[in-house]
Amino acid sequence: MAILRNEFRRFGAARYLVVFAFVVLAAPLTRSQTKNSCLDCHSALPEPLGVTQEKFSQDIHAQKGLTCASCHGGDPASDDPDKSMSPKAGWKGKIDRRQIPQLCGSCHSDPAYMRQFNPSLRTDQLDQYHTSVHGRRLAAGDAKVAVCTDCHSIHDLRVPSDPRATVNPVNIANTCSRCHADADYMKGYSIPTDQFAKYSTSIHHEALAVRGDLSAPTCTTCHGNHGAAPPGVDKVENVCSTCHVFQAQMYEKSSHKAAFQAASLPGCVVCHGNHAISHPTDAKLGPGPEAACMRCHTPGDACDQARAGLLADLTRLDDAIKSADQVLAVAESSGMEVSEARLGQNQARDSLTKARVTIHSFRKDLVDQDIQAGLNIAAQNLQAGQKAMVERNYRRVGLGMSLIAIGIALVGLRLYIKKIES
Amino acid sequence: MSPLRNVRDWLDERLAWDDLIAPLRKKTVPLHRLSYWYFLGGITLFLFVIQVLTGILLLLDYRPGANEAFESVQYIMTQVQFGWLIRSIHSWSANLMIFTAFAHMFSVLFLKAYRKPRELTWVSGMVLLFLVMGFGFSGYLLPWNTLAFFATKVGTEIAGQVPIIGKAMVIFLRGGEEVTGATLTRFFGFHVAVLPGLATLLILVHVLLVQRLGMSMPPKLEAEWSADLSAKREMKFFPNFVLRELMAWYVALGALGALAAIFPWNLGVKADPFAPAPAGIKPEWYFLFMFQTLKLIPPKVWFIDGEVLGVLAFGLVGLLWLLLPFFESDQPSHTKRWITGLAVFALAYVTGMSVYGHLAK
Amino acid sequence: MESKNRGTAHPSGQPPALIPRRRFVEVLLGSGFLATAVAFVYPVLRYLVPPQTADLGGDSVVAGKVGELKPNSGKIFRFGSRPGLLIRTVGGEYRAMSATCTHLSCTVQYRDDLREVWCACHNGKYNLDGRNISGPPPRPLEAFDVQVRGEEIFVRRRREA
Repeated sequence: MAILRNEFRRFGAARYLVVFAFVVLAAPLTRSQTKNSCLDCHSALPEPLGVTQEKFSQDIHAQKGLTCASCHGGDPASDDPDKSMSPKAGWKGKIDRRQIPQLCGSCHSDPAYMRQFNPSLRTDQLDQYHTSVHGRRLAAGDAKVAVCTDCHSIHDLRVPSDPRATVNPVNIANTCSRCHADADYMKGYSIPTDQFAKYSTSIHHEALAVRGDLSAPTCTTCHGNHGAAPPGVDKVENVCSTCHVFQAQMYEKSSHKAAFQAASLPGCVVCHGNHAISHPTDAKLGPGPEAACMRCHTPGDACDQARAGLLADLTRLDDAIKSADQVLAVAESSGMEVSEARLGQNQARDSLTKARVTIHSFRKDLVDQDIQAGLNIAAQNLQAGQKAMVERNYRRVGLGMSLIAIGIALVGLRLYIKKIES
Repeated sequence: MSPLRNVRDWLDERLAWDDLIAPLRKKTVPLHRLSYWYFLGGITLFLFVIQVLTGILLLLDYRPGANEAFESVQYIMTQVQFGWLIRSIHSWSANLMIFTAFAHMFSVLFLKAYRKPRELTWVSGMVLLFLVMGFGFSGYLLPWNTLAFFATKVGTEIAGQVPIIGKAMVIFLRGGEEVTGATLTRFFGFHVAVLPGLATLLILVHVLLVQRLGMSMPPKLEAEWSADLSAKREMKFFPNFVLRELMAWYVALGALGALAAIFPWNLGVKADPFAPAPAGIKPEWYFLFMFQTLKLIPPKVWFIDGEVLGVLAFGLVGLLWLLLPFFESDQPSHTKRWITGLAVFALAYVTGMSVYGHLAK
Repeated sequence: MESKNRGTAHPSGQPPALIPRRRFVEVLLGSGFLATAVAFVYPVLRYLVPPQTADLGGDSVVAGKVGELKPNSGKIFRFGSRPGLLIRTVGGEYRAMSATCTHLSCTVQYRDDLREVWCACHNGKYNLDGRNISGPPPRPLEAFDVQVRGEEIFVRRRREA
């Protein structure tokens, strides 16, 4: 910092002229009510000193009336760099990384202060941060870990609900990946760097980033944001169960829970993965490479047979639903009214979904209940579709007969005309 | 005496029946290479009668009103015995009738059958064509499905582009500022009362004129045959032409039945005024050429708004088309070549623009 | 008709067919007319007879009968082409709403233990007005009007503005 000041000094008295020129030119740009002379120079400086008025105006702090001096200290009212950037005015210059959480926390952990701006904002972020892996490592002297500004950005810090914010749910995975997917940066840490790549292939990512379903999880949903830490092998299934309630309830009572716990294996993750959670298909119950069961069980044993039975059941219901759908589709495209049966198919599909959830109880008898219910409904709808097809054929036969009648009339007319004209 | 003879005599004594139909007995139809085109008028009339009959049947079950219209059509399609048939025939026949009406108009144009003394036949026919398109536009809304709702919105919006009276026209058509249940009720009134009344009247005038004035001949042939009367070939209207016309009508009936049974008219989805318009909404095919033209006009031509210009242009063309016979010469040997040229252009334009409009996104 | 057809005398002197040749064409024509007339009139006559199932007038549907539902219970009924949920609250009054979850279209159900509407797929919850109160659902369930007429419970879509 001092170096630059000295550079400025070299211009001698002309530096005052330069400053004056900047002020005159930059004055119309300043829109904030509090005078912020810092930007007069810094908006024209190159990186890393450059912060334009345009960039800073996006920052929530600027919008609430804070200035550069609120964090960096100094005197924003003065146009003289010596006065504005003097330690006497409290100027801190560039904030050291290790000081950032404390600096941010000086306001954000003060409920009385924050109440002025947004009483419903939480004020425990700093406390949470201290419990996180990032916070603990920072305290131990590691300056490479994330601090507030790494995730929240700085100088154009947006509220999380802003879709352009780095901490908006849709963007969080990208933000985390800036470090966690960088193999070089993460050298020396004993954790993998493929989480983001894996997550990007997952169904959760597709739901969140592609379909825009904000209820889908991202990194912070399972790991926490300020108190970010992995949930722990025996606690992972608690995290999943916050949304996947039914499956978790079934699993709790199942044989596999005890077995996995005894082997210190994380529930849910063993079969579904943690980051690369793909949309589960019936192939998971299959014998092939995608199969979850066969990773542990021996082919031919009782469990393998049960698995095969479950798969066969699911396939049977799926096929029944599909064939009913097919018949209904043909009937519908021929103009038949089959909306009631179509509606019924939804219920059949619901049964199939239920059966797939019941798999997590690992009890064939329970699964069979759902399967049977679905099969009954699908059979009814198939019947309705077939009835519609019968009606359709009846119409075509009727048409055929009318066309024959018309044909006879036409032939008769032709002959009659010929006759009266001969 | 045969019973038929008895009935005829009875009618003749009370209605002067024989005198009434005497001209019909004498009427002849010129026979030439292009005689087949004479059938089109009759086919259009036949389809109109089909529309009236199926329309009356539909009236027994249809309920106009935003809450019930869609459901009542669904009811007709699914619950009423042969309701699907009546409704699908009504929809197909509507489209076929509009097609044959246009074909009839163009054939009259090319055969130059609009020349003196048949100018009024042409004028009444053109007004009928406009009425038929009005039938199509008003009838299309009645099932109250999404496509119809938005097509009506767009269509009435375009009507509003007419300068000065446009706004009043839109409010009159829509029964308010927007397309609502009031629009549906109004269109229903137009479709089953106003337009049928006007159309029936004009059809009577049109057919009467045709019967009174006889069938016209292509100009060249007319010149030839007036020079050499022995060369004239003609067919008696009754029974020979009528029987042939009847064959055409049977073919049309068969085609309608087949279309109704194999390609039943679909119901669509009930209209939701608050839902956004589906992408790429287009009017029915018989409006496509106008719609596509409007799309191609730049937003501003000179100082006039593009759409206003388009609407006014079509209005002007319509008016001139109506008055076309008055531009034609009455000498059969010297018919105006430019009118033929115009006719060719019009046909090409309407066909080309319709295809373009159909293929465009 | 003046010109008498000359097709009556057969030059070849063939024996008379089953239907006399001169009448064959007329018979054919007549039967054609008759057949087409029947093909035309039959559907029209059938059409004129109103069907058994009376249409209740558009949006109104019978969701159930009085006494069918105990207080604090619900049932699924068919509303047009979609499922509807009829609830009888603890206090005995009836509520009706669409049963298609606004999250991923699963069919919701009434939970008598929670006294709320619940979706089994992802644990979404709605209150008795259909408002989404917890979990992933982004929008409320469309609420319907309930009317008890005699023994039957009618459910109707809310009148549009």
